[in-house]
Amino acid sequence: MTAPKLDRRQVLKLEAAAMAALAGGMPVAAGAANLVTERAESEMKWDKAPCRFCGTGCSVMVATKDNRVVATHGDIKSEVNRGLNCVKGYFLSKIMYGHDRLTKPLLRKKDGKYDKNGDFTEVSWNEAFDVMTEKFKAALKKRGPSGIGMFGSGQWTIFEGYAASKLFKAGFRSNNIDPNARHCMASTAVGFMRTFGIDEPMGCYDDIEATDAFVLWGSNMAEMHPILWTRVADRRLSAPHVRVAVLSTFEHRSFDLADIGLVFKPQTDLYLLNAIANHIVKTGRVNKDFVDKHTLFKRGQTDIGYGLRPDHPLEKKATGRAKAGDAQDMTYDEYVKFVSDYTLEKAADMAGVPLSRLQALAELYADPKVKVTSFWTMGFNQHTRGVWCNNLVYNIHLLTGKISEPGNSPFSLTGQPSACGTAREVGTFSHRLPADMVVTNKEHRAKAEHIWKLPEGTIPDKPGYHAVLQNRMLKDGLLNAYWIQVNNNLQAAANGNEETYPGYRNPENFIVVSDAYPTVTALAADLILPTAMWVEKEGAYGNAERRTHTWHQLVSAPGEARSDLWQLMEFSKRFKVEEVWPEELIAKMPEYRGKTLFDVLYRNGQVDKFPVTDIEAGYANDESKAFGFYVHKGLFEEYASFGRGHGHDLAPYDTYHEVRGLRWPVVNGQETRWRFREGLDPYVQQGTGVQFYGFPDGKARIFALPYEPPAESPDKDFPFWLSTGRVLEHWHSGTMTRRVPELYRAFPEAVCFMHPDDAADLKLRRGDEVRVESRRGFIRVRLETRGRDKPPRGLVFVPWFDESKLINKVTLDATDPISLQTDYKKCAVRIEKVTTT
Amino acid sequence: MIGKSAIVVLAIALVAASSSLLAQGVTSGLRGPAPLNEEGPAPPMTPMRNTAEREIRNYPEQPPVIPHSIDGYQVDMNGNKCLSCHARARTGESQAPMVSITHFMDRDGQFLASVSPRRYFCTECHVPQNVTTPPVTNDFVDIDTILNRPAPGGHR
Repeated sequence: MTAPKLDRRQVLKLEAAAMAALAGGMPVAAGAANLVTERAESEMKWDKAPCRFCGTGCSVMVATKDNRVVATHGDIKSEVNRGLNCVKGYFLSKIMYGHDRLTKPLLRKKDGKYDKNGDFTEVSWNEAFDVMTEKFKAALKKRGPSGIGMFGSGQWTIFEGYAASKLFKAGFRSNNIDPNARHCMASTAVGFMRTFGIDEPMGCYDDIEATDAFVLWGSNMAEMHPILWTRVADRRLSAPHVRVAVLSTFEHRSFDLADIGLVFKPQTDLYLLNAIANHIVKTGRVNKDFVDKHTLFKRGQTDIGYGLRPDHPLEKKATGRAKAGDAQDMTYDEYVKFVSDYTLEKAADMAGVPLSRLQALAELYADPKVKVTSFWTMGFNQHTRGVWCNNLVYNIHLLTGKISEPGNSPFSLTGQPSACGTAREVGTFSHRLPADMVVTNKEHRAKAEHIWKLPEGTIPDKPGYHAVLQNRMLKDGLLNAYWIQVNNNLQAAANGNEETYPGYRNPENFIVVSDAYPTVTALAADLILPTAMWVEKEGAYGNAERRTHTWHQLVSAPGEARSDLWQLMEFSKRFKVEEVWPEELIAKMPEYRGKTLFDVLYRNGQVDKFPVTDIEAGYANDESKAFGFYVHKGLFEEYASFGRGHGHDLAPYDTYHEVRGLRWPVVNGQETRWRFREGLDPYVQQGTGVQFYGFPDGKARIFALPYEPPAESPDKDFPFWLSTGRVLEHWHSGTMTRRVPELYRAFPEAVCFMHPDDAADLKLRRGDEVRVESRRGFIRVRLETRGRDKPPRGLVFVPWFDESKLINKVTLDATDPISLQTDYKKCAVRIEKVTTT
Repeated sequence: MIGKSAIVVLAIALVAASSSLLAQGVTSGLRGPAPLNEEGPAPPMTPMRNTAEREIRNYPEQPPVIPHSIDGYQVDMNGNKCLSCHARARTGESQAPMVSITHFMDRDGQFLASVSPRRYFCTECHVPQNVTTPPVTNDFVDIDTILNRPAPGGHR
């Protein structure tokens, strides 16, 4: 900005002089002197790749030249985004080039040896793995498989999640592996399993162009799913009869398109959902034929607690805690009686919303002529009754039969690019196996063991430590060797002061973090592994609408950075079967004796089936080169064998490099856009019309679930609700986006959004520095009383992207007891002006 | 005048500062100096850049950043303030750049009579800029720089 300014005349003069000089005999490439026209020079290589950020799953075109990404733009051939990207997507070109990329393994050392309190020192991969192996073996020896664990990600590629899950659940025989998707959409996944017996949305994004009404429940799509929002805006503004309802605990950018805006009191969404169901019943708009044929009624367990530590007073008095996920059969009439308490009038009063608007919302659902698409994200999922919220919104769609057809769609949006593809479909949760199977089911384990060619009894039959429990176990010193990949949990996990940080720094524990950048989690680790990211490796993601899409490796990773996949597979070479399996297990397959986990898990005749010559010409593939076979294709095909023929069919691997993704189940080369409806889903039997085939009886469950209060509410000492969340310009913990200068400058640091009247009462002004403090911790932050988020009185909103203001030191680690997902939207804080500066 | 004890304190502070730098070995400019188990002060809010001068794009496909403040701009169902300067018909009087022709295309690439509703919310792609220096720089190299680089063994 300090460069001397030239006017147009001066610029032209200088350029003319330059051209003259060139004409005077200097060698010039063909074409004009101030424009590169030579084709070999000006041509860039363009390839498709999914965006690195949210669960929308936009396709981008990536231009490379001289082993560097030089440009990106929205892919016009992609159904999802048709040429558009949001501001983050448009800046993908720069996310790999932050100046502080990690390029060497870093180990804490003192006097040339590993020391928990030592300084980060560059080491070779060999030394890094030596120390890591020693620590994992020591933990296994000390505590058995429960002594080690891994925290992975909905940003893992499908191959990475699959390889990691296999390494832990089958190799180390530890189910202590969980993805950060636990923080993100566990409630949705469990909600699907509970209502439909099968995971993931029945509809797809095509619902947007087919619907008459959108209802956003705790979703700020305008900022968190911008490209889907462009489709919603397109539909609403192009077709004037379309209506948009937006529900949230504070006003945000999605309200700019709202016909019906509802700012409700935290937790009262449970009340609103039941009141809408009751309205449908009371006004005689239940689709009786649909309900009789395709649904059953269940009364869910109540008083289920808040997922806090067992000695917390709230847990001690929760009578239904031990059987939180249970439900009993009930009749339709009993259900009608149950919801009859929830009137619109009472709901409006309790939620603090205008009755007329609530009536208008209820009528969108009740009117049989109006097609409705419901969207939800973290407002529902990060909720101590998140599974209930999911069940209750399905109730509404099921009572009216507004489901599984174009435009009628209850649709959960996901936050991460492969929350569906990797976390859910691959089953990287502590209780899951691929294709919706679970570790607690003997048949499911047997099937996995059969596909993996492992002895019966290899996979442990109990769920491992989930995300929140991992932190508690680290703190308690019961989980001692721990590997974190593709996430930033010191910034992301709630109650960081009391659980995460003491857990990582516990002298009994060894913490490994694989990352591309020095995140706060990496800085709290003992060993940092430099990691390849995005198009520095071949990858596959699965987006929110069941779309699986892949990309090729397009450039090399810097320095010694290696992909998560290479790290996992290379590490597995350091364990002999005898070191991790008991003798009686080996005795069942003695041919595995003396072999490494790499041999047993990845050189099993399946994963190593495809030669490197199968890799499409013109593309590098560093892992395959290192291991000598086409790793990605082998892992994918073995993984796909879990779901083929069982409603989760994936296409042959090579197909995905040719298309812009396909929505599973892919049967006879055809993707499936709407599931469970005859004619649209090949798995639905002829003559049934609709079949919810996730359950053997083909019926979906409608649940009676009441309102129950939140874990922590404002009081005299902590008078404000705190909600956390994201902003458009930054993705999650800001590791990538805050290293893009344009995105950094767009929203440099987190602020505390507050109602101007609350600020005035506290004698605060915009820009003042305040402490946001809970019973657990505080941050210092500047106060914002204007701008994009407008909280009601009594609530403040602080985004969590800013690592210099770790708001999750303040939040409460209460979870939904069924999904075990944290509620990041509700805890009690006080706001005080910082006077010492 | 500085007392002896003050010098000692200063020396200790310097040693502590330099050894803590070494102790980290690796740091995050985005976290700042506060240790992970403490919370540092929040720097003052920064003003928005507010000029009519355009910033160079990193590549032609990049949506230009907004060089001026948009505080208080209304963009909702009732109106779009950005278009009062950037709409084709208004650029004569405003001298603002016209919205790109891509913005007139619908999802199927067909040109409409006016800006497509899918492009209605400008800030999904175009963002204003605070006057501040990002703590971590970015080593992205644009295509022109790459093309003007002498090829290994070549001449340019």
